[in-house]
Amino acid sequence: MTAVITDPPDTAAATRRELMTGVLQRQGAAIALVIVVAVAWFSFPRFGSLDNLRDLALQSSFLAVIALGMTFVIITGGIDLSVGSLYALGGVLAAYGSQYGFLVALALPLAVCGLIGFVNGVLVARTKMAPFIVTLASLLFARGLLLAITDEGSNTYRVPADSAFIELGRGTIGGFGYPVFIALVLCVIGAVVLRRTRFGQSVFATGGAEQSALLMGLPVARTKITVYTMSGVLSGLAGALTAAYLQSGVTVIGVGTELDAISVVVIGGTLLTGGAGTVLGTVIGVGLRNVIQNIINQIGTLDSNYQSVVSGAFLLLVVVLQRSLARTKPGR
Amino acid sequence: MTAVTATAGGIDRARVARWLQEYGVYVAVAALLLFNVFFTANFLTLGNFRTQLVQAAPVCIVALGMALVIGTEGVDLSVGAVMALAASLIPLYLGAGPVPAIAIALVVGLAAGTFNGFLVAHVGIQPIVATLALLVGGRGLALVIANGQLVQLHDKTFLELGTGDLAGIPISVWIAGLLSVVMALLVGRTTFGRRLVAIGGNRTASALAGLPVKAVLVGVYAICGLLAAVAGVLATARLSASDPADIGMLMELSAITAVVVGGTALTGGRVRILGTVFGVILMQLVRATLIKHNLPDSTAQMVQAAIIVVAVYVARERSTR
Amino acid sequence: MLEVTDVVKEFVGVRALDGVSFAVRPGEVHALVGENGAGKSTLIKVLTGVHRPDSGEVRLRGEVVSFDRPVRAQEAGISTIYQEVNLVPLLSVAANVFLGREPKTRFGLVDWAEMNRRAAELLGGYGIDTDVKRPLGTLSVGAQQMVALVRAVSTDADVVIMDEPTSSLEPREVETLFSVVERLHEKGIAVVYVSHRMDELYRICDQVTVLRDGKLVHTGPLGDLSRIELVSMMLGRSVNDIREHGATAFGEDHQAGREPILQADNLSSGVRLSDVSVSIRPGEVVGLAGLLGSGRTETARAIVGALPLDGGTVLVGGKALKSGDVGAAMAAGVNMLAEDRKAEGIIPNLSVRENIVLAALPQLSRFGVVSRDKQDKIVDTFVKRLRIKVSNPDQLVSELSGGNQQKVLLARWLCTKPKVLLLDEPTRGIDVGAKAEVQALIDELAQEGLAVLLISSEMEELLDGADRLVVLKDGAVVGELSGDDLTQDKVLAAIAGEAP
Repeated sequence: MTAVITDPPDTAAATRRELMTGVLQRQGAAIALVIVVAVAWFSFPRFGSLDNLRDLALQSSFLAVIALGMTFVIITGGIDLSVGSLYALGGVLAAYGSQYGFLVALALPLAVCGLIGFVNGVLVARTKMAPFIVTLASLLFARGLLLAITDEGSNTYRVPADSAFIELGRGTIGGFGYPVFIALVLCVIGAVVLRRTRFGQSVFATGGAEQSALLMGLPVARTKITVYTMSGVLSGLAGALTAAYLQSGVTVIGVGTELDAISVVVIGGTLLTGGAGTVLGTVIGVGLRNVIQNIINQIGTLDSNYQSVVSGAFLLLVVVLQRSLARTKPGR
Repeated sequence: MTAVTATAGGIDRARVARWLQEYGVYVAVAALLLFNVFFTANFLTLGNFRTQLVQAAPVCIVALGMALVIGTEGVDLSVGAVMALAASLIPLYLGAGPVPAIAIALVVGLAAGTFNGFLVAHVGIQPIVATLALLVGGRGLALVIANGQLVQLHDKTFLELGTGDLAGIPISVWIAGLLSVVMALLVGRTTFGRRLVAIGGNRTASALAGLPVKAVLVGVYAICGLLAAVAGVLATARLSASDPADIGMLMELSAITAVVVGGTALTGGRVRILGTVFGVILMQLVRATLIKHNLPDSTAQMVQAAIIVVAVYVARERSTR
Repeated sequence: MLEVTDVVKEFVGVRALDGVSFAVRPGEVHALVGENGAGKSTLIKVLTGVHRPDSGEVRLRGEVVSFDRPVRAQEAGISTIYQEVNLVPLLSVAANVFLGREPKTRFGLVDWAEMNRRAAELLGGYGIDTDVKRPLGTLSVGAQQMVALVRAVSTDADVVIMDEPTSSLEPREVETLFSVVERLHEKGIAVVYVSHRMDELYRICDQVTVLRDGKLVHTGPLGDLSRIELVSMMLGRSVNDIREHGATAFGEDHQAGREPILQADNLSSGVRLSDVSVSIRPGEVVGLAGLLGSGRTETARAIVGALPLDGGTVLVGGKALKSGDVGAAMAAGVNMLAEDRKAEGIIPNLSVRENIVLAALPQLSRFGVVSRDKQDKIVDTFVKRLRIKVSNPDQLVSELSGGNQQKVLLARWLCTKPKVLLLDEPTRGIDVGAKAEVQALIDELAQEGLAVLLISSEMEELLDGADRLVVLKDGAVVGELSGDDLTQDKVLAAIAGEAP
């Protein structure tokens, strides 16, 4: 299209439509979460029980850590399909490392997954290859690496029963597991970094208008490398926490986790095209997904696969809304 | 002086990359074949070739559709999920005979593809995002339809599709070959094919040249969905069971790999059907070679990852030229 | 202050800058002018570190500098505002002003309160009153441009480069911009000002540098040059030449039919077009005159259905066209040669053959299968007729020169056997020889009875080529000239809004 001056459509109807879609896009997940929780609370007596809530929070914490990294990646206009593999790899490495002590159990997955994330970032930022294909390749690579160190998946490393590492996954405060607090703290830090640092602004600018960001002298390449590295480290950490909780490095986890992470990020209002998004939205997205999963489990008779059908439908709804919102925006 | 040599080197590099993208896949297939002839026991047997081809057939069919989509500067992540959907429907209607069952599976694949195309062309959502929703939801839906169960199939006629021969060649290979020829003709010789490539090359210009851009895009995704369903049916017949949990897992990855390795750039504007078929064969050969030499699956995956990166990198060299 | 000497910059086979020298002193407002393709943009990109020169040097405050990235130029004190707003639409106004140099709190975090306050203050200082927390993208393009300007001048720059800054501004905003330039001038900051608008140049610039075909033509005080002298330097012909011989290859007027083949009535589209009516008879060349952004391109796009309409009808041979449907317009015989050859014309990855037959595919096929013979025949005919220089029809169109690409596109439309051709800047950015050929071809087509709508920024092309001129201003028709009224003075008067 030619670049012509367009003023915002000033008719009341258009404004109202814009407002509606805007609210739905930004707050849609929050509203849905409130409704879903309310329904669950009144329909299933067990839902509100402390046990269930603790379980819900713990289950959410692993995905939240992964989705936090994905939020940053998606805001830069990229995508990271390798997180599921890195999550599994992180778990196996943590379990393997735990025989050498707590520090190794934690450092090994973070270092290896961080390195793979770093390579993702370098390939995306420096060679201009499409993020989805780069991270598809590392999805394969990480799975291959995982199989290689576990004797083609036949060897499951166990965390020694006396290891302090187990405490990381199993310890509780007020009945809530450590991972819940770790995820919370990380998300708060993530939110502050995104909103209140130059790096965060650079993340937004990179995804919002890469050319402009370059012309304004922002470190676009470094920003991309950083977010992919972050995504790798966080996925590795989620894997480590899971290994600590399960007391072993389960090789089969994480298949399709990248899709869960992307879904919750987008459902939480982050634009898949980049340039806008919040950590809080992602946390709400994680909550929404897991509450729905919880409800499906509570009903019992329902196929648990309805979860992904609901996720897919919701994802579609959000994306279509985002699209119609972008259309009503002037000057783009 | 140094500047001159530097430029010459740059041009050479670009030319090498271009040549690699154009012919690399054929050379690689030939080299691997030669390697196997000399160093792999029992490679030159009919049985072996048969196994390889039968394994490659579904991937090839999906990759054909993917090649069209990538030619329009798009991507379809939902092909694996569509395969699962097709598989899940087979046992439900097989009671009425194989033809209705297959027909329904294909219609659903076509519908799923059309839906993707609608999202891309009419709603204006990026392809990767539009097809992601179906990737997330499609397999779940298939599992819901199948109650999460693997269903053994016993219809002889249907299973013939997966195990039967025609003139000594497996039926599924016939179908894959036939579809490859059809797609090559479609791309090279029809208005639809020429328009598809033009739209991938420059969408704005195509629209201004009066091409029915949206209709072509919907058509391309519909074909991709249909082909994925065909692959789902064939894979189900070969397995003699409907297994929506596992069928077509990571198929989108294999198909994209085959297309890219076959020399099609992700930036659109080009469809290489023969290259794609050879891309499928190459990836199949790589896997087979590694397995025959007792290298584990883990290595195969890492090698595959490396090949993808190299192929995309080479294609990128050309497209930025 | 900022100086370049003997700069050469070459792109694959094209010498965009050929030994150009240029200098701007503190407190000076220096106009940089030239036609499209003269090398202005390349020079600016060399100054701002986007491109590195192949040879020659850039000096800032007397020292040789070499910027490998735009950010280095900015750090050294060279700020740039581009024609298209280069900001981030989804971020707030304040964030855009301070992107990369955000004020921080004691804890090293971005201080939003301080940032918003200072942004509001800065913008207020330049007479822009807006909520700085709004996303930039919700502002009008003019306001966005002003934000870019404020960002550029608030970075303590010594040199500010403005690349056609007024092209998307409203008159009121232009005044604001001029007052900013005035203040920069007073503060001793050097300004490089690129614009096509003569009024603006003569109002605010002290010095002028003229580029043509990558070479330096003239540099000196602007006051010493008359407008016609300046224009002739840009066009590369002596003043007398233009007066006596004309500058184009167009012949005499054409014999037009009586009834219009194309009649567009009251086309309206948002703020871009209001009530534009144009009619063309077979064998007639109608020119659309007006400044950049006056609605010329939009009119053509509206006729062919590439611009959504709020109102108005397009009749071809008395039958109404379905609005917003390019395919329908083509079926009725109306084709448009788009202005931006690269983005909207050629399909770079396809061959010359395929680019030519693209629009005519249905006529060349049976049951959807394309006939190779028919293709070859038609391609052969047009390659010969338009004298397209190709090694063979399978050559990629992206390997051709601009002029030959343009001919390929003309061939694309001609082989659909159109009744009406809308030509948007058909000779822009192509070499002189090809230009004359294209102009002669337009003449020839009109003589064969085709109705042609000709859009051009070049006055000579319009005056010589068109039988009748429709003058546009701010998206509306302000005059129609034909016969003896077709003179430069009268057209200019019409554009300026005076009675012709």
